[in-house]
Amino acid sequence: MNGGKRSLTILHLYPREMNLYGDHGNILALQKRCKWRGIKTVVVEYEPSKKLPKEVDVIFGGGGQDSGQSVICGDLLKIGGKLKDLVEDGVPTLVVCGLYQLFGNFFKTLDNTVIKGIGVFNLKTLGGSERLIGNVVAESSQFGEVVGYENHSGRTFFEADLQPLGDVKKGAGNNGEDFEEGVRYKNAIGTYLHGPILPKNPKIADFLIETALTRKYGVTKLSKLDDDLERKTRLSAASRPR
Amino acid sequence: MERMVKKSSILIGKFVRRVARLKGGGSALPGLVVEKIDRNFLRDTLNSLPEGVVVVSGTNGKTTTTKIIVELLRSQGLKVFTNSSGSNFVRGVIAAILENINPSGRFDFDIAVLELDEAHAVRFVKVVKPKYALLLNVMRDQLDRFGEIDTTAKLLAQIAEATTGKVIINREDRRLSKIKSKAAVKYFGLSHRLLGEFPEDDEMFSEHHFPVSGKSPKAEVVFADFKRDTAVYEIGGERFEASLKLDGIYNFYNAAGALLMAHEILPKSSVGDLMKALSKVESAFGRGEIITSHGEKVQLLLVKNPSGFQLSLKSFGKRNYKTMIAINDQYADGRDMSWLWNVDFRILKNVDVVSGVRAYDMALRLKYDEVHFDKIEEDLAAATEKFMRLKGKKQIFCTYTAMLEIRKILNGRSLE
Repeated sequence: MNGGKRSLTILHLYPREMNLYGDHGNILALQKRCKWRGIKTVVVEYEPSKKLPKEVDVIFGGGGQDSGQSVICGDLLKIGGKLKDLVEDGVPTLVVCGLYQLFGNFFKTLDNTVIKGIGVFNLKTLGGSERLIGNVVAESSQFGEVVGYENHSGRTFFEADLQPLGDVKKGAGNNGEDFEEGVRYKNAIGTYLHGPILPKNPKIADFLIETALTRKYGVTKLSKLDDDLERKTRLSAASRPR
Repeated sequence: MERMVKKSSILIGKFVRRVARLKGGGSALPGLVVEKIDRNFLRDTLNSLPEGVVVVSGTNGKTTTTKIIVELLRSQGLKVFTNSSGSNFVRGVIAAILENINPSGRFDFDIAVLELDEAHAVRFVKVVKPKYALLLNVMRDQLDRFGEIDTTAKLLAQIAEATTGKVIINREDRRLSKIKSKAAVKYFGLSHRLLGEFPEDDEMFSEHHFPVSGKSPKAEVVFADFKRDTAVYEIGGERFEASLKLDGIYNFYNAAGALLMAHEILPKSSVGDLMKALSKVESAFGRGEIITSHGEKVQLLLVKNPSGFQLSLKSFGKRNYKTMIAINDQYADGRDMSWLWNVDFRILKNVDVVSGVRAYDMALRLKYDEVHFDKIEEDLAAATEKFMRLKGKKQIFCTYTAMLEIRKILNGRSLE
């Protein structure tokens, strides 16, 4: 089955405030990997107090500075119920760093301020005094070796029996203690990995695209792209010191 | 007694410097030794300057802007000390002083103009209170080092706070324009027409310019317009034009800050004279510098962060040059490659060679912007050699350590 009229609507949450560390590259990876297969994409940029689109096929949200997070967290609580329904309904979702944390139950900062999350993932994040910074390599049963770059002070802990995105082989991951990185729930992924994650880990990008197409158009198998450059970039990145 | 300590510090520092040079070492070691044995050395020496100390900080353009201020002041007859080797750390400043002080402690300068990176500037102003500070911009630079841009803005606010005379701030930087100081604050800025030429980091991928909240303060020097190498400035209601040797409109912009700084230090100087001096300033080391190797010219364009890279592409991306991009990820470059994804490369038609330790990350970035590239060669020496054999005008966009290596390769090549 080739492209035809297939089209995906990507919801980009808070691109203005939550766009740290090249997270925009994730949107680009989704767009281009669709385009190269003849699939149309429409990106809806959602900002506070705007309306959520009726139809959402993929959800993406990035990381932000503390100031950015405080701007959006009130609005996020307002749309949290809807986002939770979408994830429960199986909408493929990727949230990175700041929004990964806020998709959990809460973030408790070092001075004991509690920032409420939207509870999509049953996990909590505690402020840490030292930032966890550097290259990360994780092993995922679903996606194989996943590479990226982390830069966060929050420590994330699961509050239920959740599945991580992968086991950390290099780097700190969720909290620097249990050697786990990110979370994998329904068709959603939460992760600390910038880099950005999708261009260097095309299996994850294709999982999001394929799942979205399958939900919308029935069982879909994506055509293969030449990912030799992606493979070499991943090897190069994984070989760099922490 | 104080004097004696100082003398011995100078002698020891100079001695360490000579030994370090013999061993091919860097400039930081003598600075470190003197810093350890004489904590007052830096303060005493710089406080002895009759016109005080100028600190230049911010993410982009420090080196070139510092060079402009130095040359403007020298054109007016001042004896200016500066840390021109680009070692913008406190120890680098001490090392530079050691080079320029005689053993009896005579430091024969009127004023010091120092380029300091944000974190080091904060350490520096705890020891020496600058009389003047010029704050250029806060952009996403090595976030893996400072954490977040808001943190960086706070560092610059601390510099403003420690300054005793005048603080000059870029009015168009929304994080900086809020900064207050007990010292007099003056602004340089852009004409309305040019605002769109310099998007802020936060606006890079959003559809519109952020609304400016509140009334913006008056700017004493405005970069009003440009045409090729000619820059137009508005100063005190008058328009002044100069054709500049410096390449790149971001340099024209920062020159507005440098002009204002020079005029504040020397209020009696004529703007015409300063403009004349400005037109003579040449590019700093690796910042648009043109190197000739085996009779072939190549321009080195240092890129350190997304906004700097974007501005550089805007100035030079469209011209019909052979193009190489060299990306390293050493500490001085920033370890995180994410920043490349905050740059829009679509202005480039073709990249001839992609190189550096992170050549593959760069190539992947180009792939997703659908910019064609001919060759990936991680090794800088092999890549430079291949690139220099191409016919036509050439430019290399390179990160800091890649720039140092390429310079060495090009200069070595020309000696053969």
